[in-house]
Amino acid sequence: MKVTVIFINLLAISGLLIAFVKDKDRTRQSVIIAIKSFSRILPSIFIVIILIGVFIGFVPANKISEIVGEQSGPGGIFLIALLGSVLHIPALLSFPLAASFLKNGASITAVAAFITTLTMIGTVTLPLEIKELGRKMALLRNGISFIIAIIIAFIMGAIL
Amino acid sequence: MRRDIKGKEKKGIKQDVVFLGISLILVTVLLLVFPEKQKAVITVSWEFFTEIILILPAVMILMGLFAVWVPDGMIMSYLGKASGHKGALLSFLLGALPTGPVYLAFPVASALIKKGARISNAVIFLSSWACIKIPQEMIELQFLGVKFMALRLTLTIVFVAIMGLSIERIIGWSNKRPSSL
Repeated sequence: MKVTVIFINLLAISGLLIAFVKDKDRTRQSVIIAIKSFSRILPSIFIVIILIGVFIGFVPANKISEIVGEQSGPGGIFLIALLGSVLHIPALLSFPLAASFLKNGASITAVAAFITTLTMIGTVTLPLEIKELGRKMALLRNGISFIIAIIIAFIMGAIL
Repeated sequence: MRRDIKGKEKKGIKQDVVFLGISLILVTVLLLVFPEKQKAVITVSWEFFTEIILILPAVMILMGLFAVWVPDGMIMSYLGKASGHKGALLSFLLGALPTGPVYLAFPVASALIKKGARISNAVIFLSSWACIKIPQEMIELQFLGVKFMALRLTLTIVFVAIMGLSIERIIGWSNKRPSSL
């Protein structure tokens, strides 16, 4: 089993134990919230898992690496960064998706660009952001985020 | 407001279940038409499923504990007071705490600015909330490995700090310009 799995589960179990000793009611409440949010995200998880299966099973790896692989130019990176900005996927699900891209021949740069734009930029939530923070700040934050996501991606591709 | 969000949540769940049903039907048809792909698709899906199911309940428990033990408004009262380097650091840390989706952070950031917090800190807080959340980092660690996760985290922190300061400059500069005309 992976170290990450053990580490995070130990963390959760010890957290629960400490919480339980301190306050049973609040611990119960926490568990209820956890179960609720878990069942809330479960359908999306199944959808993403099916998508990943179909994606890896049907799309040939050389097609992926042609577009966003080691040999592909900055055009592919730009494309995947754009895709990440527009899509509205819960961040927790973006990582298995990104891992499946990587497994199927996408480069580190492409995957880093995808995750970073996906989490940092919200096209769907942009109207809300404008409403709360003003047009100038919202557009600046999302625009500059796009640029730094691409910079981060190329640095990561160069190092890893 | 609360009730509004709850109503949306319920609608969202229904939508997800409908989508799931449609995807299940589509994938079944697809696999019946291309039976030679069955094994690959099922193996890959199963692999990813086990990987996420081993970790997600624990992540949810941690988020649940946090939600109950850290009262609403605590984050804001901390951030409102802080300034300078300490403020930037705090914005990163508080943004990274396991709280809800990013649209909940917009009003918090807006309230912070109205209270006199620096724009750079509000931007850092927002971006940190969006992309360096602790539960997210855990899942990233699980799926993409420690090197990828650590490097991306470091780079994101550096560039988000730069972005915060730049946006503060740009907004300050563009606010000054019309008044000097």
